[in-house]
Amino acid sequence: MSEIIDLSLGELLAALRAGDLTSREIVSTYLYRIEQLDASLHAFLFVNPEISLSQADKADKKLQEWRKDPDQYLPALAGLPIAIKDVLCVSGMPCTSGSKILEGFLPPYDATAVKRLREAGVIILGKTNTDEFAMGSSTENSAYGPTHNPWDLERVPGGSSGGSATAVSARLAPAALGTDTGGSVRQPASFCGVTGLKPTYGRVSRYGLVAYGSSLDVVGAMGVSAADILPLFEVMAGSDTLDATTFDQPLPDFDLVNREPELNGLRVGIPEEYFIDGIQEAVRRAVRSAIEKFEDLGARVERINLPFTEYALPVYYLIAPAEASANLARFDGIRYGPRLDADEMWDIYRNTRGEKFGAEVKRRIMLGTYALSAGYYEAYYGQAQKVRTLIKTDFESAFQSVDVIAAPVAPTTAFRIGEHGDDPLSMYLEDIFTLPANLAGVPGISFPVGFDDQGLPIGMQLMAPHFMEKTLFEAAHAYQQVTNWHTQRPALDKAA
Amino acid sequence: MKLTREEVEHIAELARLRLSGQEKVRYAEQLSDILDYAARLQSVDTSGISPTARVSSTGTGLREDKIHSGLSQKQLLENAPDTEKGQFRVPPILE
Repeated sequence: MSEIIDLSLGELLAALRAGDLTSREIVSTYLYRIEQLDASLHAFLFVNPEISLSQADKADKKLQEWRKDPDQYLPALAGLPIAIKDVLCVSGMPCTSGSKILEGFLPPYDATAVKRLREAGVIILGKTNTDEFAMGSSTENSAYGPTHNPWDLERVPGGSSGGSATAVSARLAPAALGTDTGGSVRQPASFCGVTGLKPTYGRVSRYGLVAYGSSLDVVGAMGVSAADILPLFEVMAGSDTLDATTFDQPLPDFDLVNREPELNGLRVGIPEEYFIDGIQEAVRRAVRSAIEKFEDLGARVERINLPFTEYALPVYYLIAPAEASANLARFDGIRYGPRLDADEMWDIYRNTRGEKFGAEVKRRIMLGTYALSAGYYEAYYGQAQKVRTLIKTDFESAFQSVDVIAAPVAPTTAFRIGEHGDDPLSMYLEDIFTLPANLAGVPGISFPVGFDDQGLPIGMQLMAPHFMEKTLFEAAHAYQQVTNWHTQRPALDKAA
Repeated sequence: MKLTREEVEHIAELARLRLSGQEKVRYAEQLSDILDYAARLQSVDTSGISPTARVSSTGTGLREDKIHSGLSQKQLLENAPDTEKGQFRVPPILE
């Protein structure tokens, strides 16, 4: 039998059911790797081996009973460990959102996505690092220090779900949850050489997710392959009375097992606006050759246009900060988190928020407050919401003639830690290819399609109409059946 | 367009953020850059276009108005920095 960390999620679950592996063995393997490797990677903000192992023992007991009496109910993911991005509440584990303003916060409840996974038998290995309140593209904005890319420790893992991407890439966890407001699952997946799904807006409940941009935030999943992500997505998806933006559209019943690698008749659109000057040549080449691979699989490729793409960045950087400025008003030092005491009530607010929020969070709160303030609302926020409608219409028109849209995830591979210094606008430009899907609410999947000459992973994304995650899974899976980019691992395992 | 120090101070006050002098200078510059960049939206003709209110085409579902138990008072107060007699404690806000 191959090493535990080489097994797919399906193989892990099968081995658990057959009794070839115990949950304790699997959980211990990953905990040991975290202990050995995370000092240099810093993917995790919180790990508690005792909690994880005691959950594993419970799962093993359940599995054992089930093997004696297979008529008993056994949850679909019994005994499987995963990591959770630290913006999702897990009861009994601290939730900081990468911020000092939530230091010590111990949520008394589980986020719905987490609750559903736990009910399905999942064991939580720990909480992963993130840009503060998911605001960033590099995980450098975490108040607890940056995460390092496993392919090159001097480089960023992308962000904001950089901790989760790193955990999967370095095999510190077989899979992980992330969140995607402007690309925060897809871009780190691309930078770390893993697969990441951003579901349709509203497909997965946001209850228990620390809110950033509420009309954009989506809970997603990351794993080695599309097939590994599917079981997690199936469990998390579905309407929730605690989040009124979830919808009742059922997930179509499908699986990826025993599928022939063919995509006959799939119509793939290539948007001209995503192949601009300034894209790293290696990225352009890898994405081009992935598109050819899709043609080999039977897909029909055609050029399309999404004319309002260039406005996605300014629209996003008005709408997301505007929503953030409202959402983050709740952090006031009164109900949770640390407080900077003062004689006057308003000074508690001013001092606590001024001191405990990081530079990027304050910048976005200021930007959003300005965009919503009297006299500027129509010119900034109002106009942005109108242009957002045009961006959404771009997608609706394109999906009249194609089933998926294929594009690079980011213009470059992972950049160096500190490279963007104190230049927020240049950092925002990293997000140009991922923001449109969030503004339109459509699902997207990012997966590895090659490496640049420095050995850094390159990702490609597919986007589909609302509710059509199925198409994304089938297409990415077919590609992964005939390629092995996704099974490559960074060479940092000497120690473990 | 260039944000003045007074404008930055006004926004910071609306957002209840205490900023240092250095932060005010830096944010004035950076926010001006970002707003300059965002100004390109002004050139888009949006006459007759409605602002996006929701991205998905499905409506929000209705549900039964049923009472169910939430978190206890004790759980809700557990994370607070200062409490007294089952309440959050803050300095007086009325003289």
